[in-house]
Amino acid sequence: MTTGQIEVTHSRLFAGSPAIEVLGLAFQYRTSEGRGRMWTLDHLSFHVDTGEILGIVGPNGSGKTSLLKVLSGLLPAGEGDVRLGGLSLRTRSQTDIARVVAVVPQEYAQVFPFTVAETVLMGRFPHRTTRWWSLGIGDETANDLACAHQSMVDTDVLSLADRLVSDLSGGERQRVMIARALAQEPKILLLDEPTAFLDINHQIEICSLIERLRAERRLTVVLVSHDLNVASQYCDRVLMLKDGALCRIGSPEETIRPDVLRMVYGCDVVVDAHPQTGRPRVTMPMTGVLQ
Amino acid sequence: MQPMADVASSWAQAGAVLTVQRWMVVIGGLLLASLAVLLLCLQFGATSFGMGTVVTSIARLLRGDEAGSSSLATSEIIMVQIRFPRVLMGFLVGASLAAVGVTLQALLRNPLADPYVLGVSSGSALGVSVAILFGIGSTFMLLPVLPLFGFAGALLALVLIYRLAQSKGRLPVHSLLLAGVILNAILTAFIMFITSIMEPNRSAGLMAWLMGSLTAPGYPALGVFLIYVVFVLGILMNKAQSLNVLTLGEETARSLGVETEGVKKQLFVLTALLTGAIVSVSGMIGFVGMVVPHAVRLLIGSDHRLLLPASALVGGMFLSLADTIARTIMAPAEIPVGIVTALAGGPFFLYLLLWRKDRML
Repeated sequence: MTTGQIEVTHSRLFAGSPAIEVLGLAFQYRTSEGRGRMWTLDHLSFHVDTGEILGIVGPNGSGKTSLLKVLSGLLPAGEGDVRLGGLSLRTRSQTDIARVVAVVPQEYAQVFPFTVAETVLMGRFPHRTTRWWSLGIGDETANDLACAHQSMVDTDVLSLADRLVSDLSGGERQRVMIARALAQEPKILLLDEPTAFLDINHQIEICSLIERLRAERRLTVVLVSHDLNVASQYCDRVLMLKDGALCRIGSPEETIRPDVLRMVYGCDVVVDAHPQTGRPRVTMPMTGVLQ
Repeated sequence: MQPMADVASSWAQAGAVLTVQRWMVVIGGLLLASLAVLLLCLQFGATSFGMGTVVTSIARLLRGDEAGSSSLATSEIIMVQIRFPRVLMGFLVGASLAAVGVTLQALLRNPLADPYVLGVSSGSALGVSVAILFGIGSTFMLLPVLPLFGFAGALLALVLIYRLAQSKGRLPVHSLLLAGVILNAILTAFIMFITSIMEPNRSAGLMAWLMGSLTAPGYPALGVFLIYVVFVLGILMNKAQSLNVLTLGEETARSLGVETEGVKKQLFVLTALLTGAIVSVSGMIGFVGMVVPHAVRLLIGSDHRLLLPASALVGGMFLSLADTIARTIMAPAEIPVGIVTALAGGPFFLYLLLWRKDRML
């Protein structure tokens, strides 16, 4: 909690207006058991600067995905507030939010034969100009097409434009979903487990894509990851959640530490330095049987 | 930005996305094909006529020569009073069934969804049966009672099935089908109960209607039905882009600015309105709503701005042809058209369920 408050002050002093401000955010799912249950998100306060990549890590059920959903307006904040570029989410419509925030969901199963180009163009939905008499046919403006085109170029899926999404491999599909999100022309990109279910080559591909997009489009990126090493290697800062509460936020060196990980995950791990970047690297310790 | 747009149009023109031109070509072609199918279907029946009779009858109709005037030949009376309204009715019912199927499939993200399979038609039929049981006429204070009861039953069944199949914000394919089967069984039991306590002569008519059969309506009724169907289809067409985005999943659709709760409610009401109207005039005709959208989607893709009207036209052609078979195969007797569509659609459904698992489920 205190760390978060210090961070907010810090940003005001040095970085100007942050892309995302989270102020005392609390959230709980409505259940039949009524109130009195634990908070899914327990009064979080932190900020994300423009052009920053923030990784959210934590054990299963610690509220990572819920936090991402609150940031994108899919779940309402129970207490506290989320501000994007200084404007509270509470005052914005979902379409308004969609013009600023794009979400890449964890899994995407399309049962209908949509092409890659059609899927990417759906990202233009929040910007569409609907004319009811045209029944939506030919609503795509030159700008819509250009945006979709640039998104496909940036994510290297242009050659797949007329392929069906359902025929693609996992890595290709993930890039299409990122292209669709980019077509929204967002300022903030939220990704839920972008490297889950991917082979190591596609993991590298997606991670370097995210880094490149941040640089080229000056995107603010928040990603949830299971993989501590992804968070350590590719994120500027890491936010650790435990039971919905903010446990630690800071640079990978400050957060990916054996003592912090023991506190959050309740187990011992080996942390050494990555041979190329010097950033913390997490490995599983030898188990008792092998010792 | 301008050269970029030119590059972008290269894949846009290559058929990767829907363009106005492609829409015009496909819909124009299907309209011509529909016309040809209608003319073909008008020729066949208990007695078959040549194209000449068909054309002269239509010409008379268009000139406003009312049927029944002494100058008309018997063949022309049959054509104008019976066959013409019946074939048109079949076309409208088929088009509506296909449109309901497309909408339900997108709404439930399930290519096997169909008003018949999911029990929506049964709900509608139960509503209509209740109205018939209590002897409520076809109109009450100028309100079309049977379609209204059909609408209420369909809406109830739709909401029930949605609630039953939904778990944690998802709609698993198998739980949806299972819920549909069970709901269908329960609703059918109620319908059977109603027919069993009716007088035999009334229940026989009800049974024939339940099996799905078309009749020749009067021209005023046909006109009302036409306006109704076109109106509802028009509203559905306006939701086509929302339907596209909904197939990405409800949460993604919401993150793209679709008011999912509102859109879902509107679509439930619209499909129930259409189902209620269809069932009240033609009973339970199965599988058109599943087979037609599926086949059309394979041919022209999934963009609902094109899929919806194209499926409606193909559905109309399909049911017109099926009804022509139903009228002629045992001539002069007729079999319910629902039997024909079920025999054509049932095996197709099984094929999708058993052999296309990798793609469709």
